[in-house]
Amino acid sequence: MLKILKYGFFDLMRSRWSYIYFLFYLSLGFILLFLNQDVSKAVITLLNIILILTPLIGTLFGVMYYYNSREFTSLLLAQPIKRSNIFLGQFLGIGLSLSLSLVLGLGIPFLAYGLFQSTEIFNFFTLLLIGSFLTLIFLALAFNLALIFDDKIKGFGLAILTWLFFAVIYDGIFLIFMLMFDEYPLDKFALGATIFNPIDLSRILIILKLDVSALLGYTGAVFQNFFGTSFGMFFSLGLLLLWVIVPVIAIVVKSKKKDF
Amino acid sequence: MILKVFFLILILSFCCKTLLLGQIYVESPDSIQHAINSAQSGDTIIVRQGVYKEANIKVNKPLTMLGENFPIIDAQGKGYVLEILSDSVTVSGFKFINVEQSYTKDFSAVHVYGVKNFAIVNNVFENPYFAIHIEKSKWGVIAENIIIGNAEKEHNSGNGIHMWHCSRIEVTDNRIEKMRDGIYFEFVKHSSVKRNKSKNNIRYGLHFMFSNDDVYEGNLFENNGAGVAVMFSKKIIMRKNTFRLNWGSASYGLLLKEIYDADIIDNTFEKNTIGVNADGSNRVMFERNNFNGNGWAIKFLGACYGNKLLQNNFMNNAFDISYNGSLNGNVFDKNYWSDYTGYDLDKNGIGDVPYRPIKLFSYIVNRTPETIVLLRSLFVDIINFSEKVSPIFTPDNLKDFHPLMKPVK
Repeated sequence: MLKILKYGFFDLMRSRWSYIYFLFYLSLGFILLFLNQDVSKAVITLLNIILILTPLIGTLFGVMYYYNSREFTSLLLAQPIKRSNIFLGQFLGIGLSLSLSLVLGLGIPFLAYGLFQSTEIFNFFTLLLIGSFLTLIFLALAFNLALIFDDKIKGFGLAILTWLFFAVIYDGIFLIFMLMFDEYPLDKFALGATIFNPIDLSRILIILKLDVSALLGYTGAVFQNFFGTSFGMFFSLGLLLLWVIVPVIAIVVKSKKKDF
Repeated sequence: MILKVFFLILILSFCCKTLLLGQIYVESPDSIQHAINSAQSGDTIIVRQGVYKEANIKVNKPLTMLGENFPIIDAQGKGYVLEILSDSVTVSGFKFINVEQSYTKDFSAVHVYGVKNFAIVNNVFENPYFAIHIEKSKWGVIAENIIIGNAEKEHNSGNGIHMWHCSRIEVTDNRIEKMRDGIYFEFVKHSSVKRNKSKNNIRYGLHFMFSNDDVYEGNLFENNGAGVAVMFSKKIIMRKNTFRLNWGSASYGLLLKEIYDADIIDNTFEKNTIGVNADGSNRVMFERNNFNGNGWAIKFLGACYGNKLLQNNFMNNAFDISYNGSLNGNVFDKNYWSDYTGYDLDKNGIGDVPYRPIKLFSYIVNRTPETIVLLRSLFVDIINFSEKVSPIFTPDNLKDFHPLMKPVK
C-alpha cells in the first residue's frame, strides 16, 4: 500500500495541478494579509473560502484522478496486490498531496505575517485541520461515486451535485424546515441536522472559536451545554473523523465487490 | 469645581484638626466603640493592626477613623459593622469581615444614613453581604476600596456599593468583584462613577434605577451578568468605558431600558453576546464607540426613536444591528462598518454606496432563534445578498448614507 501511496503522491506532486492549487492558496494568503494586515480578520475571510473550496477541489480531484488512472488501476489489479491496498493507497496519496498544498500554501504567508505573535494562532490551526478533514471527506465521497459509475459524465455530474448539495442546498432545506416548524422546540433538531453535513459540522467547529458570543445568545439549555463547554468541540471533531472513516470503509467494501 | 474646592477645604480642615485636636489610639483588645464614645468631635481615631470583634459600631460625631496596616473588624455575623450617623466622617484603611446575611434587612459593612460630607477610602471588604450602603446622604467620596464577595445567587446576595436617595457622590477607583450588583444607584442624582473595575458580578456591573444627571467614565466592566444596566433614567453620560466578555443568553454589555437623552461616547464594547440592548430608549447619542467581535453590536427592541449613531466603528460583529419592527426612527451616519463592500470613487473617505446594516439573517434569527447554527453558511450569505439587492423584510430606509472607508480613530 505504501508503494501505491507513494506513487499516487509523487504522481500528483509532479502534475501541475497540484502546483496550481498550492500557488493559488499561497497567493490567496498573501493577498488577504496584504489587504487586511489583520490576521484575525483574514482568518474569518479564509473560513468562508476553506468551507467552500476545499470540498470542491477534493471532489473534482478525486473524480478526475480516478477516471484518468483507470487503465493504470486495471493494470495494478492484475498484479498480486490486495484490492483495498490499491484504492486506499491512491486515496491517501491524493489526500496527502492536496492537504499538503493547503497547509503549506496558507501556512507560509501567515507565518511570514507574524502568526506566532497573533492570538489567532489556535484558530488558524483549527482552520487548517478542518480544511484537511474536508479534503479527505469529499475525496472519499468522490471515489465512492466514481467506483459506482463507470460513466465519466454521470460520475462527474453526481460528484459536483454532491458538493452543491452539502455546500448550499442542504442549508437551504434545513433553514426552510426550521422556519416552518418554529413553533416546536428545535434545538435538538438544529444540532442533529448539522451532524449529517460535514461542511456544517466544520462551520460549527470554527464558529465555536470565532463567534461563540453570538451562539450563546440563544437561551436553549441544549445549546448552552453544547456551545458553552469544550464538549461541543471534541464532539464535532470526533464526528468529522467518523465522516472520514465511514466513506473510506465504503471504498474498501465497494472495491472488493466491483467487477472491473 | 465647587465640589472639588469644598473637598479640598474639607481635607485641609481635617489635616489642621489632626494637628490641633486629639489623636486617640486603639490597640487590639480595646473596643473601638469605646474610643468613639470618649472622643470629641473632630478627633482622629487611629486603630492599630489586629482583630476587633465588634458589630454595629456607631459613629455619631464627626471623626476621622484611620486603620494602621488594615486592622480587621469582625462583625461575627451580628448586623452591621460600622454605622455612620454623623456628618463629616472619614473611614480609611480598614478590613471588614463577616457581615450578617439577612433576607429582611440589608446589612452592610459600612452603613451611611442621612449625613453629609463623608469619605470611605482605601478599605477592604471580604465576603460582605452588602459592602457599602448609603441612604439619603450628600457630598460623599467612595474611593480606592476593594470589595470581593462570593455571590452565587441573586436572592441571597448583596450589592457592592449600594446607594439610595443620594446626590453628589463620587465613586472612584474601586475594585468590585463577585457581588450581586457591583454598584447600584437608585434615585441618585448628580453623581459620578469613575475608573472603577467591576468584574464577575452575577447581575450587573453597574446598575442605575431612576437616577438622573449622572456620569460614568473610564470604568471597566468584565464578565458580569450584564455590564451596565441603565433603567428609567434621564441625562446619563457614559464615556470611555470598556464593556468586555459579558457572555450568556441574557448578557449585555450595556442594557438601556426607558432611557432619555443619554450620551454614549468613546466606549469600547468587546466580545459581548449583545453589545448594547436598547429597549424604549429615545434621543440617545452614540458617538465614536468601538464595537469589536460582539454577537450583536446593537439590538434595538421596541420603541426606540430619535437615537443617533455617528462615527462608531463596527468591527467583526456577527450582527451589526438588529431590529424588531420594520420602522426606523433612528439616524445612522458616518460609521465604519467592517462588512461594507462599497467603493469610494471621489476619494473623500466616504463610501459612495449607502450601507444597510441589517441583514436578512438577523431578521430570521429574531424570529427563530435556533437558526443561529447556520451563521456564516454560504446559503445564508446568498439570501443576505439577495435581501441587500431588494429589501423586503428589513426596514427599507435604514441606511448609513455616508459609511466611512476607514475606521474612526
